[in-house]
Amino acid sequence: MSETIKKFLYLNRKAPYGTIYAWESLEVVLIGAAFDQDVSLAFMDDGVYQLTKGQDTTGVGMKNFSPTYAALGDYEVKKIFVEKESLDERGLTLDDLQHLVWEDEDDDWAEKDSIRLVSREEMTAIMDDADVVFSF
Amino acid sequence: MPIEVNGKSFETDEEGYLANINDWEPGVAEVMSKEDDLELTDEHWDIINYLREYYEEYQIAPAVRVLTKAVGKKFGKDKGNSKYLYGLFPYGPAKQACRYAGLPKPTGCV
Amino acid sequence: MSTLHTVNKSPFEKPSLDACLAHVGGGASVLLLEDGVYAATKGTAVEERVKGALDSVKLFVLGPDLMARGLSEDRVIEGISVVDYAGFVDLAAENDKVQAWL
Repeated sequence: MSETIKKFLYLNRKAPYGTIYAWESLEVVLIGAAFDQDVSLAFMDDGVYQLTKGQDTTGVGMKNFSPTYAALGDYEVKKIFVEKESLDERGLTLDDLQHLVWEDEDDDWAEKDSIRLVSREEMTAIMDDADVVFSF
Repeated sequence: MPIEVNGKSFETDEEGYLANINDWEPGVAEVMSKEDDLELTDEHWDIINYLREYYEEYQIAPAVRVLTKAVGKKFGKDKGNSKYLYGLFPYGPAKQACRYAGLPKPTGCV
Repeated sequence: MSTLHTVNKSPFEKPSLDACLAHVGGGASVLLLEDGVYAATKGTAVEERVKGALDSVKLFVLGPDLMARGLSEDRVIEGISVVDYAGFVDLAAENDKVQAWL
């Protein structure tokens, strides 16, 4: 079976909990991971709020799905792009986000950073480079 | 269709998965495996306990592929394959092991 | 007639907060909840507008919604009061009506 590897980009622009988009995106990414494509995740605009540390939903009675982002490495999702301008506008820095890693099997399971901080210009190029963009 | 464990009743969904993961106790796995005519060994418990730890940390049941790789890393390369896991759980690690562990059906598993 | 205004949309996604602030004044109460809580945090692109509103309205933010989003209370702009659900109920009871800005 010969298949061309396509570049899939999941574009996340919504804050978590207020709408269902963030969780839906995460579910589709996890399901899609079975298809052995070249997967990247992009977080921009309010989407950067999905990755904040210390989310605690006990008070609002909703499922806290933020721990699931840490599983993305297990699902071979190693490229997570976060737009710097979006963080700046929201008074956030990379330190406010979860530290997401993937383990490199070929390098004695060394933990490597998944998140890459990119400029708006770089994000434009990343979107341009993708074969398929899934918007959430 | 609730299941009876040590005199207590546990709610399950239509596919036999526990309705509330926090209800789980080891007896749940014992009763479920008995219904499947399966004797649980230490090797089965390794997988069941690992699945519970995984859910505790990430709030999802791992896909079979993810589980296979993780088992290989944790319990030895010889065990990190689907043959080993299906040997333990003939109905499949997702459908059987996750169910025994009280987890929901793994995302993307139909 | 006193009114409690609620805003549940992110200020970066919808102009609900701006619309609300443009139509209230005279010591009205505005409660930020759900994705509206992002407007209450320091260092954002809308911080100055929110601070400016504090001169004419009383601003509140729902604590459980901040917590859910990983935002601690020390990130909240000074002058905005953090309330819990009971505080939300009190605000609703103190005012004659509640008006939502969706």
